[in-house]
Amino acid sequence: MTTETPIARVRGLGSAQEGAHHWLLERLTSIATFLLFIWLIVSLVRLPSLDYRGVTEWLATPLAAVPMLLLIVSTFWHLKLGLQVVIEDYVHDEGNHFFSILLVNFLTILGAAFAIFSVLKIALGGAPNV
Amino acid sequence: MHRNPSRPLSPHLTVWRWGPHMLVSILHRITGTGLATVGAAAFVWWLVAAASGADSYKYFTGWATSWLGIVVAVGLTWAFFQHMLSGLRHFVMDAGAGYELNTNKFWAVMTLAGSLVLTAFSWLYIVTVR
Repeated sequence: MTTETPIARVRGLGSAQEGAHHWLLERLTSIATFLLFIWLIVSLVRLPSLDYRGVTEWLATPLAAVPMLLLIVSTFWHLKLGLQVVIEDYVHDEGNHFFSILLVNFLTILGAAFAIFSVLKIALGGAPNV
Repeated sequence: MHRNPSRPLSPHLTVWRWGPHMLVSILHRITGTGLATVGAAAFVWWLVAAASGADSYKYFTGWATSWLGIVVAVGLTWAFFQHMLSGLRHFVMDAGAGYELNTNKFWAVMTLAGSLVLTAFSWLYIVTVR
């Protein structure tokens, strides 16, 4: 056991030089998410119908599928960074903290994977036409 | 966190008179967390349903147009606009502007008013045009 206080241990070491990285990525993904959601809202408003045929035929076009894939990546990246900050600020117990961050990472990737696969399936013509 | 729970915390939340900036600040986290969980789940469900066929899509739209679905959708619409406007305000503040007391309060109130107005317009559009 050390008698050093935490502040004594890190004093003089300087910063890890990556403190701003998470903050900056959160801002960059927020700009991308903002622009892509403007695109999504305008697109959905312009669609003649939001029924099955209307949505799948729209998502099958490159001009819809590609921005939608970018939107998924940007949005899930942004929400992962955001949820991480909320957990870091409010979940103080070390075990819960570790588990919560792990869960956020897993669920974010799971959700994004389902969304990306779905868009690709529709866009590449795999969706059953009824 | 290395904190001795038997020692008192200095009062950091209770000593301040509540103002709109504090409400907007915590709402940014609450709406962000709501969008990241409920919003993301609904979004993934929509895409997976569209990729799974007409029956799955009908099942989704059945829920989405039920009273419960509409309550959730209105909530998500408001959360989206509140988080979006609050995020735009953050960009101005990240640039170091808008910290004067009156300016800061004005734009905090404007995000609250703006999100309500945009939510109302969105649903007015959905109800009347769609």
